[in-house]
Amino acid sequence: MTTVPYSSSLGRETTYLNHSHKIRSWLLTLDHKRIAILYMISITFFFMIGGAAAVLMRLELMTPQGDLVKAETYNKLFTMHGVMMVFFFLIPSIPAVLGNFLIPLMVGAKDLAFPRLNLASWYLFMIGGLFALASLVAGGVDTGWTFYTPYSSTYSNSYVVLAVVGIFINGFSSILTGLNFIVTIHTMRAPGLTWFRLPLFCWSLYATSLIFILGTPVLAITLVLVGVERIFHIGVFDPSLGGDPILFQHLFWFYSHPAVYIMVLPSMGVVSEVITCFSRKRIFGYAFVAFSSVAIAVLGFLVWGHHLFVSGQSIYGGLIFSILSFMVAIPSGVKVFNWTATLYKGSIALQTPMLYCLGFIGLFTIGGLTGLYVASIAVDVHVTDTYFIIAHFHYIMVGGAVMAYMAGLHFWWPKMTGKMYSEWMGRFSALLIFVGFNLTFFPQFILGYLGMPRRYYAYAPEFQALNVLSSAGASVLGVGYLLPLLYLLWSLRWGKNAGPNPFRATGLEWKTSSPPPTENFEKTPIVNEEAYAYHRMEMTGDTVATH
Amino acid sequence: MTPSQPIDPHALDRHHVQGLAHHFDDMDQQHEAATLGMWAFLATEVLFFGGALAGYAVYRSRYGDAFAAASHHLYLWIGVINTAVLLTSSFMMALAVNAAKHGNRKKVVTFLILTILLGLAFLCIKGIEYYLDYREHLVPGSIFEANWHEMFPHIDGAHPGSMMFLRQVQLFLMFYYILTGIHAVHMIVGISVMIVLTVKAARGRYTAEYNSPIDMAGLYWHFVDVVWIFLLPLLYMVQH
Amino acid sequence: MDTSFRLLPETASTMASQVDGLYFFLNAVAAFFALLIFVLIVYFSLRYRRRDESVRPAPVPTNLKLELLWTIIPFLITMVLFSWSARLFIQMSHSPADAMRINVVGKQWMWKIQHPDGQREINALHVPVGKPIELMMTSQDVIHSFYVPAFRIKQDVLPGSYSRLAFTPTKVGEYHLFCAEFCGDQHSGMIGKVVVMEPAKYDAWLAGTIPDEPPALAGERLFAQYGCMACHGQRGPTMAGLFGRKVELNDGTTVTADEQYLHESIFDPAAKIVRGFTPLMPSFRGQLTEEQVMQLIAYIKSLQYSQSTQEQQ
Repeated sequence: MTTVPYSSSLGRETTYLNHSHKIRSWLLTLDHKRIAILYMISITFFFMIGGAAAVLMRLELMTPQGDLVKAETYNKLFTMHGVMMVFFFLIPSIPAVLGNFLIPLMVGAKDLAFPRLNLASWYLFMIGGLFALASLVAGGVDTGWTFYTPYSSTYSNSYVVLAVVGIFINGFSSILTGLNFIVTIHTMRAPGLTWFRLPLFCWSLYATSLIFILGTPVLAITLVLVGVERIFHIGVFDPSLGGDPILFQHLFWFYSHPAVYIMVLPSMGVVSEVITCFSRKRIFGYAFVAFSSVAIAVLGFLVWGHHLFVSGQSIYGGLIFSILSFMVAIPSGVKVFNWTATLYKGSIALQTPMLYCLGFIGLFTIGGLTGLYVASIAVDVHVTDTYFIIAHFHYIMVGGAVMAYMAGLHFWWPKMTGKMYSEWMGRFSALLIFVGFNLTFFPQFILGYLGMPRRYYAYAPEFQALNVLSSAGASVLGVGYLLPLLYLLWSLRWGKNAGPNPFRATGLEWKTSSPPPTENFEKTPIVNEEAYAYHRMEMTGDTVATH
Repeated sequence: MTPSQPIDPHALDRHHVQGLAHHFDDMDQQHEAATLGMWAFLATEVLFFGGALAGYAVYRSRYGDAFAAASHHLYLWIGVINTAVLLTSSFMMALAVNAAKHGNRKKVVTFLILTILLGLAFLCIKGIEYYLDYREHLVPGSIFEANWHEMFPHIDGAHPGSMMFLRQVQLFLMFYYILTGIHAVHMIVGISVMIVLTVKAARGRYTAEYNSPIDMAGLYWHFVDVVWIFLLPLLYMVQH
Repeated sequence: MDTSFRLLPETASTMASQVDGLYFFLNAVAAFFALLIFVLIVYFSLRYRRRDESVRPAPVPTNLKLELLWTIIPFLITMVLFSWSARLFIQMSHSPADAMRINVVGKQWMWKIQHPDGQREINALHVPVGKPIELMMTSQDVIHSFYVPAFRIKQDVLPGSYSRLAFTPTKVGEYHLFCAEFCGDQHSGMIGKVVVMEPAKYDAWLAGTIPDEPPALAGERLFAQYGCMACHGQRGPTMAGLFGRKVELNDGTTVTADEQYLHESIFDPAAKIVRGFTPLMPSFRGQLTEEQVMQLIAYIKSLQYSQSTQEQQ
């Protein structure tokens, strides 16, 4: 890697962003911060593709008849939406962007433990993404992101193998990222930074990483088996060839249910950071919040069977998975209560990250509470595979994970870029997203209980009113997601300088300049207090934002 | 920090201790990170093979007869010979790691080369076995379907149940190829890594203080060995 | 079928009202906790809003009692929910010994149903009110799912194995039947209706002597009675969405599937062979009356996926 010292006539500091401007210095960088930026650009691209598919779907669903696209096209749209959003946006969003950027900073290290592996995971991610894109360009995949057999392995006439190869490769990107985080958090903490002084963001990413390394390989081998059945016509999952389609569902959900926690655990970490900063309070019940992350990760591996309540598993199997699914609601509830209690007697400022963060708590609460409906096995029989499920998991994965990603992005944007965005635009878009989201997805709970099945491109006329409402909400939501793209880009050029700690937050990442220098800290920091020690923080002097 | 300072941290402290990467404080930290990283990776590997073995277990419990019948057609003696080869290779690796701990460059190189040669021997034998399997038409798909009566003369093709039996035999064969194939890929990766390590070791890059790469390659190689120890009885010795 | 705007689906089985009961309780629990959190967040945000930049609020120490309280109370509530829903689920899975057994085969993209006395129907299920029913279901190709929202029941239909679904209809009427597991192109066209009838009417329907029966329904019965579905949709061209469509023939010409064409195809099947099929069908001349052919045509006309699907094809 060639690095050219940057010095301008203005005497600007040399940062990880400006020490070299060559393309090579970006594409071959081993700096976790630059890799984070690479990820940020890539996932934004995949988000746009997934979002475009969603727009077309919501347009099609404005009327009960299938009139905008063909059934076949609609099926490819929802598959592409799911594959892009789940595997190429949500799963890498907070871990690969914010985690990559922040974990070394938060633990006071110069980089992640294995910088080359880190760069390799970005390349694997991009290669996987290109395969998925190739399947789209070649003509699309129509199996849904769940790839249920034997439809995916025998009957579908679309480019399943390309998409499956893409997800397989992308899985190794997740595994390497998780491995890097675990090792970094274990071995590279700064002197004095004990486990119980770690920011909760690190705890939650640690739990996420456990799922990455233990769940992803099972998905990988499952997809290999699907590919083999498809290419060689050997009956692994297709009963007409001697296989068992339910085995696929068990293997698939063994990864893909924990994958939901891959999306939401990092969000919980972001919320713990943001809510403490904007209420200037230590988190209420640090140990409970920390251990509930681990509890969610562990319990999350034991509940996959709740996706199979009507698939034909035994009654007792169903009951066991039902009770375990109720259990996993408890640590999530504990977190929500602790965040709310953190606000009590705080000094609360409703700045942009905080608005996103409170939006997360509200939407996640609804998503979590509707989780009780689907854990209730008798109700799930009625609502599974309907729009109720769509609404439920979008409340968790979009209302939860994307809200938190936005909260984190706005919270650490000044740290990552050194620039402040327009606060008013930020607040406005947070509000827009919250309103648009509820308009889009709340009607879908009602639709689902009414019995509208998911993945229908034409539907019974009595469902139209609620679908129109949902599509209207989606247009608000779409604008809400486009705005940040504009004003954040705008801030890069015209934003005010942020200074090292514009929000006066605790945490090691705020103790270095914004954007940080390549080696993160001038000298290794020493930690001598617990996380979120806002009550001891000096509120005047050099931590105030400079303009 | 001022702009006049040298910027590249790699340039600053790359070689102040041989083998210590710039972002670690000391050798102990680096070694701890490498070890933990390798164990975490092996945990991933266990789940990777575990997923395939779970599928294997489901079908074996269901189609025991067909799996046993198919398994009897594999060359158990080749499998046993290969087990011996691989175990010896693993032993050589252990000797290499031990030599690295004592900073004995010559021994490290010798034992690494022996490990590699035995690994290659395993792959060659495996290749010959695949060829023999192919000659016996033990390949799922059209080759098998055209020639199955040679292998299973007692099966009546007109009997309605026989089609399912033959499908199940092919399912076993598919697991045989997938599991041994993935295992072989792991061997190839391991051998490639060890070739690089041997060259570096010959150039004196590893010392009694810095030898984690050899240590890690050892962990990996033993893991690949252990996987084979599981595959041998599961694939070659199915009884019903 | 009632197609007016509503917030709850119709309740037409013994399970439906019971599942609704649990649903209402869940709504109450969810509303309570959601409101609790929302009100607290809004109240705290206003009450403790930052008035002075330099203020440093004293930390509130962790309160173990409070933590245990909000761990244990939600736990107890979930256990209530679990036992309630488990009881319902066991009840749902149980089918009485005297249940009427109906066979269901799912295939891309239709439901084929056969009643105990041999009566067949497609994409429709006629059942008598108040009688326990058990469906024996399997699939011919991919996974489907038999879903009747008004009964609050759903069961995946798997290839290679049988699954059961039990219910007791309680209300006369017509209800949606959906395929709920994605099964390919026309997944959203794999729909039908469940017709719950008075027992006497059901018997009459089975016997095929329904007074003032609509021609399409009579045609549907004939279609089953003469074994048409044994071929059509498999070795023969499917009837779904056929009427009014352009049909490509073996000799390369096309013809519109109108009444005339259908009539000819029933009485003189070899005259026009659809591209890709072999002339297997026997003539039904002399076996069917003209009136019956009209009823068959009426039935075929009724087999449209939806208006737009037809336009696209």
